[in-house]
Amino acid sequence: MIAWLNNFLGFLPDPLRILAVIVAQILPLVIVLILCVAFLTYIERKVIGYMQNRIGPNRVGPRGWFQPFADVIKLLVKEVVVPSRANRFLFLVAPLLSIVPALATWAVMPLFPGYAIADIDAGLLYILALTSLSIYGVILAGWASNSKYAFLGAMRSAAQMVAYEIAMGFALVGVLMAGGSLNLGVITEAQSGGFLSWFWLPLFPLFLVYFISGVAETNRAPFDVAEGESEIVAGFHVEYSGVAFAIFFLAEYANMILIAGLTAVMFFGGWHSFLAGSWFMFLDGTPLWFLRQPSLLWLCAKIAFFLFCFLWLRATFPRYRYDQIMRLGWKVFIPVTLVWIMVEGVMIVAQVGPWSSGG
Amino acid sequence: MAEFQQFTLNFGPQHPAAHGVLRLVLEMDGEVIQKADPHIGLLHRGTEKLAESKPYSQSIGYMDRLDYVSMMCNEHGYVLAIEKLLGVKPPPRAQYIRVMFDEITRILNHLLWLGCHGLDIGAMTVFLYCFREREDLMDCYEAVSGTRMHATYYRPGGVYRDLPDVMPKYQESKWRSGAGLRRLNDNRGGSLLDFIEDFTERFPACIDDYETLLTDNRIWKQRTVNIGVVTPERAMQLGFTGPMLRGSGIAWDLRKKQPYEVYADLDFDIPVGVNGDCYDRYLVRMEELRQSNRIIRQCVNWLRANPGPVTVDDHKLVPPSREQMKGDMESLIHHFKLFTEGYTVPAGEAYAAVEHPKGEFGVYLVADGTNKPFRVKVRAPGFPHLAAMDEMVRGHMLPDVVAVIGTQDIVFGEIDR
Repeated sequence: MIAWLNNFLGFLPDPLRILAVIVAQILPLVIVLILCVAFLTYIERKVIGYMQNRIGPNRVGPRGWFQPFADVIKLLVKEVVVPSRANRFLFLVAPLLSIVPALATWAVMPLFPGYAIADIDAGLLYILALTSLSIYGVILAGWASNSKYAFLGAMRSAAQMVAYEIAMGFALVGVLMAGGSLNLGVITEAQSGGFLSWFWLPLFPLFLVYFISGVAETNRAPFDVAEGESEIVAGFHVEYSGVAFAIFFLAEYANMILIAGLTAVMFFGGWHSFLAGSWFMFLDGTPLWFLRQPSLLWLCAKIAFFLFCFLWLRATFPRYRYDQIMRLGWKVFIPVTLVWIMVEGVMIVAQVGPWSSGG
Repeated sequence: MAEFQQFTLNFGPQHPAAHGVLRLVLEMDGEVIQKADPHIGLLHRGTEKLAESKPYSQSIGYMDRLDYVSMMCNEHGYVLAIEKLLGVKPPPRAQYIRVMFDEITRILNHLLWLGCHGLDIGAMTVFLYCFREREDLMDCYEAVSGTRMHATYYRPGGVYRDLPDVMPKYQESKWRSGAGLRRLNDNRGGSLLDFIEDFTERFPACIDDYETLLTDNRIWKQRTVNIGVVTPERAMQLGFTGPMLRGSGIAWDLRKKQPYEVYADLDFDIPVGVNGDCYDRYLVRMEELRQSNRIIRQCVNWLRANPGPVTVDDHKLVPPSREQMKGDMESLIHHFKLFTEGYTVPAGEAYAAVEHPKGEFGVYLVADGTNKPFRVKVRAPGFPHLAAMDEMVRGHMLPDVVAVIGTQDIVFGEIDR
């Protein structure tokens, strides 16, 4: 496809052509992502609604499908109020700082076999760098608002970031050891063959730590102390309205999709098929043969599953207190990851178990 | 480096966890509370003063609006005080109806408390589960009094009218039709008593539902165990009543200690806590839900077997029926007198208290022999609880303040009056 694009745009001078090809890849992805975010808000309300014995949005459009657009229009036409004693520049930059990393990280996501927008070898490092950057949006928003509630939210978020970035980083070290590369495409490639050869099995503790830390990183329930609605009202974005608020909202959901995607890529074989193993040979030759092929479809299915887990957690659990989150991060997750990395290292050196082939 | 100074946080009156209009001025060191100063009065409506300018019966409706989540229990305290001064005793059927609705009210109150407490701590599903059952009980209120909340159903000398023989049904509409409508009307085929009995059969399973979400949930326990601990001695000194006192381990319940109406004939238990923390108070209230359910069942059985009058037969106190009033001169006079002047109450003082869902709700009446009370004083259970706020949250963190507000089950209608 890229080759075709290069041919098609061959009449342009080289720099322009390269730029056009890059934009042609980025634009569809971003548009699809933003649409996904819009419908994720709708699906969240529907799913949680059914979990709670109610119906959820069903007024705008057939079955409420246009609800996200109604929300967007509402937020777009509202005034962005900047508090008079806020730091105006940082106040307005903060939402951007949280949305940009959430979208930019998708550049290295292996979407289907052999394709990522930027197939770089330092993919994992890039992800670590960008996901930690997105927290700065939260901290700056809380600080720049010049409100005590927002400030408390920012403080909580800063403390949480330190604890959970480390646990997440260590979990990714485990993936790196198992996959033998920092390139996400190669990591996915290393998980080929049936769902039993995906990394969730050998790296199960790391998978749990990564996913739970991911929930914490995205400020989702039960770790939503940075917004903690019933405690500090809306936390860091308490002073935001209109589009500025909408961007925070967008960033939160984009981050959710991102974490779900990364979990799928690193622990659940990314675009690999669930039915790829030898047990499902009987599907070859039937009209369902394509299900055995690795494809974007499978990545989407896995992302959808993890997103559902996000919503499920939100409907089930009460909120942690912020010192309890710290305790969980420092005293449980970091030791667990450290221990498992040691175990993994020893087993790779001793050539045992599922690592002997992968690593 | 500059000294890190304490800062003051204005919590409420517009705050999602302020349960109405609580305003707390918190002095905090980081997230740790150094001092909590509750400011009240934002919902003050002068109920006590208003009651002095009206005939006795016309203030019953004000009582509903004190603690607006346990309406009939408030009425009960006021009506009992009037009956004490008048020296009348309602017929047994009326007493059973009152007890049954007191317990329905207790369930209503505890369901709202559970939902809000859960929501404050972040468990939002419980809230909606609770409201599902509350809806059925609200329908009972509506069936018996015509309104869903502010019933004005208890009257001196009995209750306003007997239980209806038919339970109102959902009507077909744009939103409700077909199978959905039939399912909603499924248990509404019989009388109100049938509906309530059906409810008491379903309800224990519902409590189990709430408990699966919370009781053994580790996060819930981390958020409530050892939060807002009150020792038994301190709880008594602070004037705690109701679940707040029982949570600390003192088995004090007016329904047992000073039985009013027919509580002495009914079989129920008083749950008590051990540690006096938020979790124990949660467990106590959950058990009270089950016990209330048990009392309602006993009342339903008794009420089925024993028809009879629901008011005293004295038209100096209770208005005659509309039919009588239209055909009988004397009844017309009674009716006219009761609805203009009201009845006079002999001079004297009386204090009547009921075990309200939140604690001891008492009404102190001073009568001067006219048709209006000389003074009405309401003893609201929430007031001493709120006064202990500072003590309960000192040294805890900001999220614990929210848990403590939830566990105190504060409603501002009664505190500000």
